[in-house]
Amino acid sequence: MAKQLTIFLENRPGRLSAVAKSLIDNNIDIRAFTIQDRGDYGLVKLIVNNPSQAYLALANLGCACALKDIIAISIPDKIGNFELLTSALAQNNINVKDAYGFVLQTNLKGVCCLEIEESKAADAQKVIQAAGFTILKDDELYNL
Amino acid sequence: MDVPFWNKEIETADRSRLETIQLERLRETLSWALKTPFYQKQLRQAKISSPDNIRSLADLRKIPFTTKDDLRLNFPRGLLAVDMKDVVRIHSSSGTTGIPTVIYYSKEDINNWADMMARCIFATGSTSSDVFQNMMTYGMFTGGLGMHYGAEKVGMAVIPIGGGNTKRQIKTMKDFRTTVLHITPSYLLHVHTKLEEADVKREELVLKKAFTGAEPHSEDTRKKIELLWNIDAYNSYGLSELNGPGVAFECVYKNDMHLWEDGYIVEIIDPETGEPVRDGDSGEVVLTNLIRHASPILRYHTRDLAYLHTDPCPCGRTHRRLSRIMGRTDDMLIINGINLFPSQIEEVVMRIPEVATNYIIQVEKRGDLDHLTVKVEIYPKLFLGDPSQLEALKGRITEELRSAIILHPSVELHEPNSLPVSEGKAKRVIDLRPKE
Repeated sequence: MAKQLTIFLENRPGRLSAVAKSLIDNNIDIRAFTIQDRGDYGLVKLIVNNPSQAYLALANLGCACALKDIIAISIPDKIGNFELLTSALAQNNINVKDAYGFVLQTNLKGVCCLEIEESKAADAQKVIQAAGFTILKDDELYNL
Repeated sequence: MDVPFWNKEIETADRSRLETIQLERLRETLSWALKTPFYQKQLRQAKISSPDNIRSLADLRKIPFTTKDDLRLNFPRGLLAVDMKDVVRIHSSSGTTGIPTVIYYSKEDINNWADMMARCIFATGSTSSDVFQNMMTYGMFTGGLGMHYGAEKVGMAVIPIGGGNTKRQIKTMKDFRTTVLHITPSYLLHVHTKLEEADVKREELVLKKAFTGAEPHSEDTRKKIELLWNIDAYNSYGLSELNGPGVAFECVYKNDMHLWEDGYIVEIIDPETGEPVRDGDSGEVVLTNLIRHASPILRYHTRDLAYLHTDPCPCGRTHRRLSRIMGRTDDMLIINGINLFPSQIEEVVMRIPEVATNYIIQVEKRGDLDHLTVKVEIYPKLFLGDPSQLEALKGRITEELRSAIILHPSVELHEPNSLPVSEGKAKRVIDLRPKE
């Protein structure tokens, strides 16, 4: 499965730029990112061209980070597709723990990244494909 | 001013009479102490094997000091001087490193303590006509029950409400026409901010006095309390090793606390050298309990810094007055009346694998109350990337701290290596409370 890099950061100025700098130093290219605010800290979630290398670079810095399995779905940028995807999951009683999405090419291509409970991840992939969506291979996601 | 006495003869006894009582009771206490494994050893090393070795009060200095560590290391029975069948009460406090300290009381000990307490209560002009709301914590902490027994002895109508639940406290004051409170000063200020919320006006209450203790506070804080509440506030001093409250208390003149010298021998020492300071100078308070048999304590290092007044009090009491507590010689914090050692926090942090060993304790005022925040670092190798893992971790640390230190702290998670390292003399405590 594709990997998302999750980084624990204190919620104060300068922490994001420290991470960004370390990524530059290690030639890491960011594909997508999102931040979850948790009050005194935040969780930064990154899709990058080389997750394991990024993980090692940040771990060497002493950061608390983790690689998490996600399902990255190629999803045509069209009204109704998100509903189609989520209702397929709902009908199969699959809960989404975390998700984010972005458009790659307007009216053409979008990507949706889902975190699904581990025990249901395999089921979820089948359901998503049965609903007519393509799951991106790891390399496809990292080299968008 | 009307000066009431519980026991005028003793409270106004001249110095030589007091010293005669002290010497007699010191020798008696020594004979009890010599029944305990701890003091047998400690006193033998000081070449004291019988009360006859103490011929005058000056000989007190031959007796070694007792420390909180001694109490911990000899937990639970090393300082017990009587048979368990003669013990009627056990009080215990959480220790600095997980080992608690314990004090045993015989029936006579409890009675002596209550008598000292009654003396304190009477000295403020409180009587059996008063309705007394005891807002101090009951249980193993001596503040609640200690005052309770004294108040009953005086004949006050005692409401054993204990701490917390502010709205109920206010309602109780109104319903039972409470006239006297026993409470920590910070909580008393806090309760005042909740009157409106409880829909009770000050004029509906008949409060007259408050006994404030368990945490050091300044003269300014007293004035603030008195002005806000329109009551008289009396400072109280005590510690469980010396029974609890009732060691020293203010009289109607409110010019610092009479220390009952027939019950306790007070010394003020230089904490560095252990030598007595000059009369009136400040130093560490060292106390010997003269009125307890089950757990005799000799020359106890309280770690509190204070001084003794040298001038007489207009009330006529001859027992010297102890100043407000000016600080501590150790790193103990007092947070909303609860004693806390940083090592207690460290111990909890150390046993949670998902956090590193570095931590910071931050204390600040939120409104009138103290608030404690414990900052810990997450341990990178056990980080899974789940917010639910982090929230569960926070919850677990909060719960473990709460059961270890009674206080309810906020827990903050920090990045690895962002807090001062645990070796050396890292500054772990940030006290942002205004200095009074």
